[in-house]
Amino acid sequence: MIVKELTDQLELQIAAGEKGLSREVLDGYCGDLLSDVMGRAPEGCIWLTVQGHQNILAIAVLREMAAIIIVGGHTPDEDTRQKADEEGIPILLWPKSAFELAGRLWAIIGKK
Amino acid sequence: MNYYKADMHIHTCLSPCAEWEMSPRGVVERSRKKQLDIIAICDHNSMENAEAAMRVGKDIGVNVLPGMEICSKEEVHILAIFENSNLARDMQEYVYAHLPGENQPEFFGSQVVANENDEVLAENQRLLIGATTLGVREIVEHTHLLGGLSIASHVDRPAFGMISQLGFIPPDLPLDGVEVSYRMSPKEARKKIPGIRDLPCVTSSDAHYPDDIGKAMTVFMMNAASFKEIRLALKGDGGRGILSAG
Repeated sequence: MIVKELTDQLELQIAAGEKGLSREVLDGYCGDLLSDVMGRAPEGCIWLTVQGHQNILAIAVLREMAAIIIVGGHTPDEDTRQKADEEGIPILLWPKSAFELAGRLWAIIGKK
Repeated sequence: MNYYKADMHIHTCLSPCAEWEMSPRGVVERSRKKQLDIIAICDHNSMENAEAAMRVGKDIGVNVLPGMEICSKEEVHILAIFENSNLARDMQEYVYAHLPGENQPEFFGSQVVANENDEVLAENQRLLIGATTLGVREIVEHTHLLGGLSIASHVDRPAFGMISQLGFIPPDLPLDGVEVSYRMSPKEARKKIPGIRDLPCVTSSDAHYPDDIGKAMTVFMMNAASFKEIRLALKGDGGRGILSAG
């Protein structure tokens, strides 16, 4: 499944990094402590976080993520959006809590 | 030039997690006993006890700098330390304008504002333990705008540090230094803290209890125990520098 399909299906808002919408989603990860995410997020994952600092992009690149979803109505900083456009990693927005979204994502991509 | 002992991160009873025994007078007297030459009062998101501590310091011979430990929206703690209380108060106004919430003393602890004679003046009603809506960059930039020093708190700790929250120190963040706790030596920090680059590394106590004051300190080689000299020592200007931290 590619990012675009998930975006449509879950009605996520695209905040930046549109050119990466065809990236393939292989897995998922939740976390707001970037020290944890940096060490543990699986390759090809879609990552749910409340953090909007530009370091999230560096970590997404490092872990070769498919996309980032900023949850809970939080928003990315301006320089984070720019980095996402440069790197072609989509940043998507979800207004409600991570819990519901993670459940729905699990139903779509979690079963292996 | 001479050695000066500095503890640049001490809380008072204004921080909800510190007790009354950390009154401005209590803190400075203890610092004197520990033979500290210069200290910074850095309560959570507030400097309202700094001036009382500065007055005590003047009396008993400890140079006290006003500061605060600001919590960013990413929940990173950053010290902002100033040359005088007017500048620190300007910073406090900026922080207060971006600090939502009200304290609930029964859960978080009381936030006591006291004068230099150990008399209680007020209880601060704001949620000082909370996070501001300011990003780390905004905090560092505003601190610099007011001529202050911006130092990332306890980068070696698993909570509320630049590393725990953001994974690494953003490469273009113009910090004046990083602080490590007594648990890690600056030498170790150079190896282990991602993104530390050539940032000066200081050690402070982050004291919340009297016994912790001076438990960790930084020894500066400089001309006087002053804000200006510390700024120069952090830059290694004119032979000044950090002699030892730990």
